Amino acid sequence: MSSTTDAAAPLGERTRVGRASRSAGARLRISFWFAVPALVFFAAIVVYPTVQGVYYAFTDWSGLGSEINFVGIQNFVSLFSSPDTSGALWHTLLMAGSITIAQNAIGLLLAMGLSSRIRSRNVLRTLLFAPVVMTPIIVGYVWQFIFVPGGAFAQFTALLGAKDGGLNVLGETSTAIWGIIAIVVWQYAGYSMVIYLAGMQNIPEEVTEAAALDGAGSVKRFAFVTWPLLRTPTVINITLSLITSFKLFDQVIATTQGGPGNSTQTLSTLLYNEAFLYNRYGYGIALGLIVFILIAVISFGQMRVFRERG
Amino acid sequence: MYRYTWRTGILEAVMIVVTAVFVFPLWMLISVGFRDSASVARNPFGAPTSFYLDNFKLAWTQGGLGPAFFNSFYITAVSVVILVVIGAAASYYFARSTGRWGSRWYGIVAAGMMVPFQIGVLPLYRAFTDAGLAGNPLSVIIFNAGIHLPLTVILYTGFMKQIPIEYEEAARVDGAGGFQTFWRVIVPLLLPVTGTVIVLDGVSIWNEFFTPLLYLGGTPHVTVPVQIYSFVGEFSTNWGQVFAGLLMASLPILIMFFVFQRYMIRSFGSGLKG
Repeated sequence: MSSTTDAAAPLGERTRVGRASRSAGARLRISFWFAVPALVFFAAIVVYPTVQGVYYAFTDWSGLGSEINFVGIQNFVSLFSSPDTSGALWHTLLMAGSITIAQNAIGLLLAMGLSSRIRSRNVLRTLLFAPVVMTPIIVGYVWQFIFVPGGAFAQFTALLGAKDGGLNVLGETSTAIWGIIAIVVWQYAGYSMVIYLAGMQNIPEEVTEAAALDGAGSVKRFAFVTWPLLRTPTVINITLSLITSFKLFDQVIATTQGGPGNSTQTLSTLLYNEAFLYNRYGYGIALGLIVFILIAVISFGQMRVFRERG
Repeated sequence: MYRYTWRTGILEAVMIVVTAVFVFPLWMLISVGFRDSASVARNPFGAPTSFYLDNFKLAWTQGGLGPAFFNSFYITAVSVVILVVIGAAASYYFARSTGRWGSRWYGIVAAGMMVPFQIGVLPLYRAFTDAGLAGNPLSVIIFNAGIHLPLTVILYTGFMKQIPIEYEEAARVDGAGGFQTFWRVIVPLLLPVTGTVIVLDGVSIWNEFFTPLLYLGGTPHVTVPVQIYSFVGEFSTNWGQVFAGLLMASLPILIMFFVFQRYMIRSFGSGLKG
């Protein structure tokens, strides 16, 4: 036992009085057993199957049978020469970029509106956040009905002068992807808003007041005082929306299943189709690896930004 | 500065209009199920004129939502309990061990956040089949306990690092063992972050679609999102009935949200600060 009181400590140790937090842990000696159950789960569910999966990316495994042949980088070669892949990659990047920009811009505007002195702000915040907790597949179905030919959105656009009884957003190759982007932005704009609101609460009122006393108008106050102080919530928001949009699956399955004419096929839906419908699992996993690399690059970029802030 | 000026009034009006437009899909979700197909087709924007409940009766009897609710509750509750127990214990080691390995293990587990679960999902499916767990809700529970561990550990470890170590030292001086210190001193202090973990893990497990579809599809153990998927596939022509099913399927989480809204929003807002 090394947890001695000062009175009983030998003279040499009397210098270690007070907040000895560095050596405290050593004195407490936390047993490794605390971490064992979690590490077993993690190894068995995340690490081992993923390593196995990565190996299968270099095979022709169908995902079901027991026949597995090593084919080297064949999957990656055919992947990069397939127009389906380049299409899905492009759609995924377009969605990720558009969703991230729109969701953060709308989230920031909503947060600014709600951080003011309006009386209904708590009610509005609750209503705006509600879609975040809803089941994505259900959200997808609700919007499919709104976008249905002759439905609410089509009638609305007809009023504005669209031809043929209004727009059929999800039925046209040119607009379907924007329909899905709108659905995702609608569902998660409240999430971005809440993270911005949390960031705004950390800004001391004295700072903006001082700027106001110096004669800065509300636009200038935002541009030179508030916005520079919102860097952390912005980075969190961008990372969050990028990662969710790279994994986009439920909303696509509920609305277009990747159609019309593959125009809304994402890397996730393509992976699902290859691995589970066409039984080309190895090929699907090769795709999954590309998603992983994209997410890893983004996450490391985010960590770098955080580090730079010091 | 603090007076309610005419400008604030205009902003208030604008925000209320924006929110009203924003919640239109929610209004659809609530109103369409109470109307018959003909009136929906005539005017999709309209309010229900009478409480037409046939859609709900049909959706409930034919939709199979009852058992699906039970499965979802069971899977979500057991998964979250496992996550809280193993996540809190592991984070105690990660937050307090001074050796190099504590932070190394933490880094490895936290990096699990980035792994797209689709990569391991099929090899795992095969392992579950070999173990005789195919179509068993346990397979999804075990999967959840592994896949949501990174976020859980990040939340718990970040929180524990802010707890002053003196409490534990005092407990040790009083002769408490390692486990006793954790159980008596740390666990009671973890209540706020445990709430956040339950909210974030619970909501995402409840809403999860891909894995339950793959592991439980076609069995009597499907969860609500999977049941809704097959239900819509079956009745897609009858919007009134579909929406009655969608509304019923959304009710548990929406009721939870509107009752605990302040708390749940705070959980999401603080969730990723780490």
